[in-house]
Amino acid sequence: MPVTALPRTRLRPSHLLLGVAALLLCVLLAVLTGAAELGWQRVLGELVAQVTGGMSPLSEREAAILWQLRVPRVLLGALVGAALAVSGAAFQGVFRNPLADPYLLGSAAGAGLAVTVVIAVAPELAGGMSVPVQVAAFTGALGGVGLTWAVGRVSGADTATLVLAGVAVGAFLTAGQTFVQQLRLESLEQVYMWILGRLTTTGWREVLLVLPYLAVAVVVLCLCGRLLDLLGTGDEEAAALGVRPGRVRALVLVAASLATAAAVSVAGLIGFVGLVVPHLVRLAVGGGYRVIVPLSLLFGGAFLVLADMLARTVMAPAELPIGVITAFAGAPFFAVLLYARRTA
Amino acid sequence: MTGFRRLAALLLAALALLAGATACATRPPAVDPPGPVDDPASAFPAKVQIPGQEPVTLAQQPKRIVSLSPTATETLYAVGAGDQVVAVDQFSDFPAQAPRTELSALNSDAAAIGGQNPDLVIAPDSATELAEGLRALDVPVLLTPAPASLDDAYRQIEVIGQATGHTKAAKNLSGRMRSDIERLVESTPKPPRPLTYYHEVSPDHYTATSQSFVGSVYALFGLTNIADPAGGPFPQLSEEHIVQANPDLIFLADTKCCQVTSAAAAARPGWNALTAVREGRVVELDDDTAGRWGPRVVDLVRSISEAVKKTQHG
Repeated sequence: MPVTALPRTRLRPSHLLLGVAALLLCVLLAVLTGAAELGWQRVLGELVAQVTGGMSPLSEREAAILWQLRVPRVLLGALVGAALAVSGAAFQGVFRNPLADPYLLGSAAGAGLAVTVVIAVAPELAGGMSVPVQVAAFTGALGGVGLTWAVGRVSGADTATLVLAGVAVGAFLTAGQTFVQQLRLESLEQVYMWILGRLTTTGWREVLLVLPYLAVAVVVLCLCGRLLDLLGTGDEEAAALGVRPGRVRALVLVAASLATAAAVSVAGLIGFVGLVVPHLVRLAVGGGYRVIVPLSLLFGGAFLVLADMLARTVMAPAELPIGVITAFAGAPFFAVLLYARRTA
Repeated sequence: MTGFRRLAALLLAALALLAGATACATRPPAVDPPGPVDDPASAFPAKVQIPGQEPVTLAQQPKRIVSLSPTATETLYAVGAGDQVVAVDQFSDFPAQAPRTELSALNSDAAAIGGQNPDLVIAPDSATELAEGLRALDVPVLLTPAPASLDDAYRQIEVIGQATGHTKAAKNLSGRMRSDIERLVESTPKPPRPLTYYHEVSPDHYTATSQSFVGSVYALFGLTNIADPAGGPFPQLSEEHIVQANPDLIFLADTKCCQVTSAAAAARPGWNALTAVREGRVVELDDDTAGRWGPRVVDLVRSISEAVKKTQHG
């Protein structure tokens, strides 16, 4: 296949600008709204006062709500959404399968098992996303992907084998998780809440925790966009163009798994973002991964910030688990997508 | 053909033998003959009923009780039925001498509980399938729903007393609880303005509203629950709302499960702006007395009373 068969769409500045604007707008909207009715004009006033050094219209308690609870949570939502969406785009590129998502390779199941074990052994760690739970989620997610990779390597190196290995490893690890839960029934509720996903923070700590991993992964994945496009032409063609498919695949998988693991460790399992967002981008602007990867990053952040805004406000002052919102949006979308592919 | 007939006849004969053996089998009675009960009001056979539940008929005083509800376990021992209890579930951690097992109303099947050869099983009302299985084994099952009020809780204690042959002791217990609680409430001065409170069930801000049993206990003191606008008995409350509502009193009912302390709560983002945190009005409760509706609910009432008194004495 000649090089001209590569998707020709380049990342247009207008698309990039649109993505940045969407993200900033969603962040601003989410900062202005919340369960505590601070009044959007007063929050705007506070933001202006912070920039200009003027008088703040908010009381001390209201300022605490804004700066210690709402703003870190909105930013964490943007980071987690960006991580999941960019990983989703990368996984879809690596597997040449538009239904791949960050959890396909056993990362969610690995994280789930590790967190369940930690909560079962030391239930006092369950609340408020303690550091041991985050470490468990992170190592579990990477362990799940590693196991899938090992099983896939033994069985054959092609992507279909890897996906099947992911399904098998995922089923096995999930069974392990259920087994541990049955042994320690008192952990059921905590594990269940973690699985639904949540963006409650303990202040700025989670934001700073996830940032370095995400930064590394995002840089790698954005640089790999063109390589993913080359992989899309087939391994032999890519090799003929001087690309080593195995290495590219491994690099992208490691970077995407790292981003997913970082997201899972602070927010639990938030499904469908990695599936929905890259597809929306593909439908909207088409083109190759050079376009889809960076735009997924921006729109993924925007999507999750909006989803969390709904989770915080739809039933205020009660909360809805964010996983419920993303699945509500994601599941019907998934079905429509399958239908569209069938009739196409 | 003859061989085939012979085989069929043989099989049928074996089947008939088996059926005959089963039909003629004599078994020892499942339970001992009724023993003396502690008061004349407890007569067996007895028909007992918790409001809203199916009535349960007990032919004789139960001698082998299995309790799958921590609240019921506490009640059984408090009314003097402890000697009749042969097994309790894994969550029944009070009193210490209760024979804890791995059983649970959540995942044990009727056969596992039937293995204890019980003549009465007490379980939460969510265990409907388990109850059906046990009834199929001819084991009477008393399902105990979470009560809506203290009166419902007293009624439940009395039904458990009646079902186990301790009617009088149970009536005495509920009467004692009632008067203790009334005395505690009366001795607590009414605050000059209505106080608000937040009752935390888990560190993720799951809470109990006035619609829950524990909420009805706080209501005795005229306290206003900041979670009520969230609706339902046990919503997950937004942390923003907690900080904005700035409750006068904060009760932590997650000190055992999740080892939350008042110091840990004070260190949460934004919580240093709360009046209750600044003025030391964060009360560490025992999760169990705050989550069950047995005899120890008096201890919960005492904790609330002390907290309310403290708001008035600085």
